[in-house]
Amino acid sequence: MENQKRVKEFSEQFGPENIVVILGAAEGEASGIAAETVTAGDPTYAGPLTGVSLGLKVYHICEEEIKAEVDAGVYDEQVSMMEMVLDLDEISKEMTTIREQYCKY
Amino acid sequence: MAILANKKVVIIGDRDGIPGPAIEECIKTSGAEVVFSSTECFV
Amino acid sequence: MNSVLIGSAYVLAHVPDMVLHNGTTQTTEKIVNPDSEYLKKLPNHLRSYDDTLYYPPNQTYIGGITPKELGEIPSPWYNQKLDNADRFGKFGEIIPQEEFYLLMQACDAFDLVMLEAEFVSKTKPQFEKHPLFDESITARVKAGVEQAAIDAALSNGAEGLYSNNQIVGCVKKAHDLDVNLNAEVILENLVSKASCVLSLLHLTKNTAINKNEIDLVIDCSEEACGDMNQRGGGNMAKAAAEIAGFTNATGSDLRAFCAAPVHALIHAAALVKSGTYKNVVVAAGGSTAKLGMNGKDHVKKDLPVMEDVVGSFAVLISENDGINPEILSEYTGRHSVGSGSSPQAVITALVGDPLDKMAIKITDVDKYSVEMQNPDITKSAGAGDVPQANYKMIGALAVKRGELERTELGNFIKKHGMVGWAPTQGHIPSGIPYLGFAQQDIMDGHIKNCLFIGKGSLFLGRMTNLFDGCSIMIQKNGAKQGSQVTKEEAAISESEIKALIAETMREFANSLLK
Repeated sequence: MENQKRVKEFSEQFGPENIVVILGAAEGEASGIAAETVTAGDPTYAGPLTGVSLGLKVYHICEEEIKAEVDAGVYDEQVSMMEMVLDLDEISKEMTTIREQYCKY
Repeated sequence: MAILANKKVVIIGDRDGIPGPAIEECIKTSGAEVVFSSTECFV
Repeated sequence: MNSVLIGSAYVLAHVPDMVLHNGTTQTTEKIVNPDSEYLKKLPNHLRSYDDTLYYPPNQTYIGGITPKELGEIPSPWYNQKLDNADRFGKFGEIIPQEEFYLLMQACDAFDLVMLEAEFVSKTKPQFEKHPLFDESITARVKAGVEQAAIDAALSNGAEGLYSNNQIVGCVKKAHDLDVNLNAEVILENLVSKASCVLSLLHLTKNTAINKNEIDLVIDCSEEACGDMNQRGGGNMAKAAAEIAGFTNATGSDLRAFCAAPVHALIHAAALVKSGTYKNVVVAAGGSTAKLGMNGKDHVKKDLPVMEDVVGSFAVLISENDGINPEILSEYTGRHSVGSGSSPQAVITALVGDPLDKMAIKITDVDKYSVEMQNPDITKSAGAGDVPQANYKMIGALAVKRGELERTELGNFIKKHGMVGWAPTQGHIPSGIPYLGFAQQDIMDGHIKNCLFIGKGSLFLGRMTNLFDGCSIMIQKNGAKQGSQVTKEEAAISESEIKALIAETMREFANSLLK
């Protein structure tokens, strides 16, 4: 809820085209819901982004597109172990679907 | 085209996935500015 | 001498009406979307007491079945009903909501709980039959009041107590202006206290300890009690100890979000080992706020709302009796300020570092008790299987350390892990649900040791972005510890040889005498 409020504020402050949201969710489904919230609007109708379609660019930290842009050593130290734990294919599939459907930038 | 370069980044980490501060460490190396970092907890 | 784990108690209170009226997912929804579909559908997704009783993870929590038996039941478990289930398990019980309301009144020291007269007369006979409620508890339940008195209190800020969505009582506010003493907070704290008391009573029965011999109770729940001048003033521990009749005990609270129970275990073990106290109880009541926390997902998927129970536990740590499992106070794992928040940094601090101190490998620990959340609840809410994720992380660290082949990861999880069974009550699932079974498994020789891991999301309190966690090992009494293993093994083999020589000499001498 608080996060939604902040995302909305930053989007107004910097312009939605300048914002990228990066997720760290543990599952494909949770990633999809969070991604949907910052693109199409809050699917649970609970927070400030209900009915607000920001269409922000949104990625999971483990997606190849993001991995390619961050320092490999730091990624290895901070995230790599979780690649053995998370279902990366599932996460990437969910994220791509949401981006293709709702991302405006 | 770079996704992150010169962008403002909002991080929504997950306690049982990748926590916010760990993502922040990575993003900082990309040339993007982290404007907000949080960690969610579902349990 | 290390202190030992004497016994454990685990209790659930089935409180379906509190899901509707006190869970924060629902109270928030009532403010934001009072006419929402969710609130309309929710009552149809609440389980009956029997459904809760026969639900395999709940029976595991109170010791009706073992984690191993639960693991053999195909999941998801929400459609599985055990053939047999009893209110009382090896470690505790599942108390029905109505009796729990009476226990709340018994735990109320300020005349804040009002119960309707007819409801009391209907429920009290059953309440008085409880094997652990003696006169000191039952006499605290009052005769009950007229409905009109409850209505008057409700219009003056009280929180309702419901049964089948009908008002049967209320919890009054304890101050006109102080939000820290409003009815919502008092109700939350009384639920925590009452559920904690019930675990304390089961613990005294399970361990057969004389109540007067308990020196200290440490409460590690997640509630705060106090007023506007000391919001987290505390000592829920002593308040619960009073009702449980621990006359010679003092108390103190330890807070560290979900990591608190393992922190408290470390404190208790050290206080006993140092000789400060002989018998220390670590206990916690449950949380009303988290009832129905993931209810929206459960309703959306047409599942029962499984977060309909408040959980509590109590364990007794005492001086080494030469029998019960030892708590290895000298080898704790701790996530320090500088540990870092990446998952590998956290697991290294909690698992790798203490095992290094003991000079043993990740595969040398027979069982890991991590965050034992019931996956029925979390998977259907998109939060995954938390214990499995933890085991994967521990296994992944073992791979990184070269102690395990990557292809063996699956087997590692099967062998060293367990399925989760605890309700998502924050501190309740965090490491400690296996203490009772671990004691049994160690005594029965099924395992020799277990590492208990607690983790906490400190950032939720907005005082730090840090994560927290700690861990401690419990092992068979008298077993060698850590780095002593190699040294002692050498020493023992030497003494064994000497004994063998002496034996042979004696036999030789005897044969000469014949």
